Amino acid sequence: MASEQNGGISRLVAGLGWFSVGLGLTEMIAPGTLARIIGLPDRGKNRAWTRFYGAREVAAGIGILSQSKPAPWLWARVAGDALDLASLGKTLANDESNRWKAGLATAAVAGVTALDILAAKALNEAAENDGAVVEDVRVVRTIIIDRPPEEVYSYWRNFENLPRFMKHLESVRSIGEHQSHWVIRAPGGKRIEWNAELEHDETNRRIVWRSLPGSDIDHAGWVQFERAPGDRGTLVKVEVNYTPPGGVIGSTLAKLFGQTPGLLIQENLRTLKQLLETGEIAKSDASIHEGMHPAQPEPESVVL
Amino acid sequence: MKANCWMGKRDVRVETVPDPKILNPRDAIVKITSTAICGSDLHLYNGYIPSMESGDILGHEFMGEVVEVGSGVKNLQKGDRVVVPFAIACGDCFMCKRQLYSVCENSNPNAWMQERLWGHGGAGLFGYSHMCGGYAGGQAEYARVPFADVGPIKVPESLTDDQVLFLSDIFPTGYMGADLCNIQPGDTIAVWGCGPVGQLAIASARMLGAERVIAIDRFPYRLNMAKEKAGADTVLNYEHEDVRDALKEMTGGRGPDACIDAVGMEAHAPGAAFLYDRAKQAAMLETDRPIALRQAILACRNGGTVSVIGVYGGFIDKFPMGSVMNRSLTIKAGQTHMQKYMRPLLERIERGDIDPSFIITHRLPLEQAPQGFETFLHKQQDCMKVVLKPAA
Repeated sequence: MASEQNGGISRLVAGLGWFSVGLGLTEMIAPGTLARIIGLPDRGKNRAWTRFYGAREVAAGIGILSQSKPAPWLWARVAGDALDLASLGKTLANDESNRWKAGLATAAVAGVTALDILAAKALNEAAENDGAVVEDVRVVRTIIIDRPPEEVYSYWRNFENLPRFMKHLESVRSIGEHQSHWVIRAPGGKRIEWNAELEHDETNRRIVWRSLPGSDIDHAGWVQFERAPGDRGTLVKVEVNYTPPGGVIGSTLAKLFGQTPGLLIQENLRTLKQLLETGEIAKSDASIHEGMHPAQPEPESVVL
Repeated sequence: MKANCWMGKRDVRVETVPDPKILNPRDAIVKITSTAICGSDLHLYNGYIPSMESGDILGHEFMGEVVEVGSGVKNLQKGDRVVVPFAIACGDCFMCKRQLYSVCENSNPNAWMQERLWGHGGAGLFGYSHMCGGYAGGQAEYARVPFADVGPIKVPESLTDDQVLFLSDIFPTGYMGADLCNIQPGDTIAVWGCGPVGQLAIASARMLGAERVIAIDRFPYRLNMAKEKAGADTVLNYEHEDVRDALKEMTGGRGPDACIDAVGMEAHAPGAAFLYDRAKQAAMLETDRPIALRQAILACRNGGTVSVIGVYGGFIDKFPMGSVMNRSLTIKAGQTHMQKYMRPLLERIERGDIDPSFIITHRLPLEQAPQGFETFLHKQQDCMKVVLKPAA
C-alpha cells in the first residue's frame, strides 16, 4: 500500500529526529557547557540529570529516524519537552540560576515543543487519511500452511468454502463455467457485490481472477500454492489489486476493512491455516465480537 | 458464575458473569476446584501489560473437573479431573510439532497485535490480555478450555489439588528455566528471584543435577524458603551485598555456569540502576526494567547460559550486548512449552521426587481474590503463593 507522507512533514520529522540526536549527544558529552548556556549552575547533580535527559533525547531521536511510523516517538518527544519545560521552570524559580539565559532556553524549548506537537499531529492525521488516498492499492500477503498444496488448492478452488475463512464475505455462487457472483455483507444490511471471472486456473498451483465490468469494486488478484521449502507444507501467496471506490460503497468498504486491507487479508489467511491445520477457527471470548469486548463469556449464544 | 475480573490498574473485583459455553468442537468446559494467583498476574495488576480491557477475567493457573466436552475431544470425558496449562496450543502446527507449544501458530486469534509489538505472534494464554488472545481466565468457577484434546492433563485421585495445581504453570516454568541451562555435573546455577517460579527453578536445578544452586532475592522469608525447602545451597540478599562480587567470590572469579532470570520486567535494585529504569519506564522510554537480566548477563561465566523465564513485555534499555557477544554467552528464553513438560513432571510428583505444594502460604475463597492480590503484591504475611478455592 502506498502511503507517501507529505514531503514537508517528512522533512520536519527528520529534522526533529536529528535535532533530538544532536541535543541528546551534547547533553551526554558536555553537560557542563550546556548547563552554562541554559543558565543552570554547573553542579554534579545537574550534570547527572542533564546526561539522563540526553539519553532520553537520543532514544527519541533514533526512534523518530528509524521507525516507519515515527508518530509515537514524536509524542515521546512532546512528553520529554514537557519534562524539560518543568525542569527549566524550576531553574527559573532558582535564585542561583541565570534567569535571563534560562528564560531564553525556556522560550526555545517551547518553540520546539510547538513544532513537535505540529509534526506529531500531522503524522496522526496522515495516518488517518491513509486509506482514503485514491490510488490503486496493491496488497500482497503470504502464509505457510502445514498441508500439501493439493489439499490447500482444492479447498480454495471450491469457492463456496471461501466465506468460511474470508471475513465479511457472505457468499460466492458459481454463475457459469468461469464466472462467479460474490457478495460482501456490511453492517446495516448493506451489500457489496461483483461478478468475477476466473482468468487462469492451474491445478494445485495458481488461481487468477478479475472483476467484471459493473462490479461494485474493480479489482484483480491471484493466489498461488507452492510447496514450502523443507517439505513444510504449502506457501500460500495472495495478491489483490483494486481501485478504492468512492461514494457509499467506498465508505462502507472503509468501515469493513479499516485502514489496512493488508491486515484483513493476512487475518483471512490465518483463519484458513487454522481451519486446514486444526479443523476449527480459534475463538476467544473476546475475539468472537466485532471491536473490543472484555474477555468473559457471552450471556446468550452468539451467531458467528 | 463468579469470576475475578480486571477492572483497571490495581483494581480487581469478583463479579457475576455468564457461564462459559462450548464454542468449538475441540473445547471443553472445566469446573474449577483450585486456581492460583501468579506473579505474572501482578504485571497485569500493576498495569504493565498492554491490551487489557475492563472486565477481563484473570487467571491462568487452574484445575478442576471436566463437565462438558465438544464433539472433537476424544481423550477426555465428563468427570475427568484435569490440570489445564496456561498456554493454549493446537498440537497441529509447525511449532507444536516441534514441541514449541507456547509459540503455537494457531491458538491466538489476536496474534496480529503481538506481531506489531514483537515481530511475530505467540500462543493464546488464559486471562492474560487481548494481545495474548482475549481468553477468559481461570480465577472463576468455570472456564472454557480450547484445544482440550492437547492441553489438559488427567491427574490421579491419589494426588491432592495442592500437589498437582502448579503443573498448570509455575512448576513447568521453573523446570524449563533449569532445563534451558543444560546443566552438567559440577555446574553452579544462580537464580535471580525467589518467588514461586524461582523456588521451583531452584528445586528443578537440583533435580537436574546441579552441583550448587545460589538463590538471589531481597526478602528474608523467600531466601529462607529457597534454602530450607527448595534446596538452594547459598542465598544472597541483594540489598545487603553486591551480588556480582559475591558470585565471583563463590566461583573463583569465574561466575556461575548458568544464570536463571526468574524476575522479569518489574525488577528492583538498591540505588541508581533502579531509579534510572523506573524513570524510563514511567516516561514510556522503555516498557520493562531489566535490572536482574543485566546483572545475570554480567555475572554469568564465559560461554555460559542465561535462561530467561521472568516475563518481559516490550523493550529494554542498556542491554549489555558486548558482554553477551564477546564472552560467548547463550541466552535462552520463552513462555513455557507446557505440553512438553506436564506429563514428565506429573510423573516426578507421583514418584515423590518433589512436592511443589511447599510454596503455598495462603488459601482463600475465590470471593477474596482482590485481597489475595493485595497481600501478594505487598508481600504481606510472608506471602509466597495464594491458592483460591471457587467452591469454598
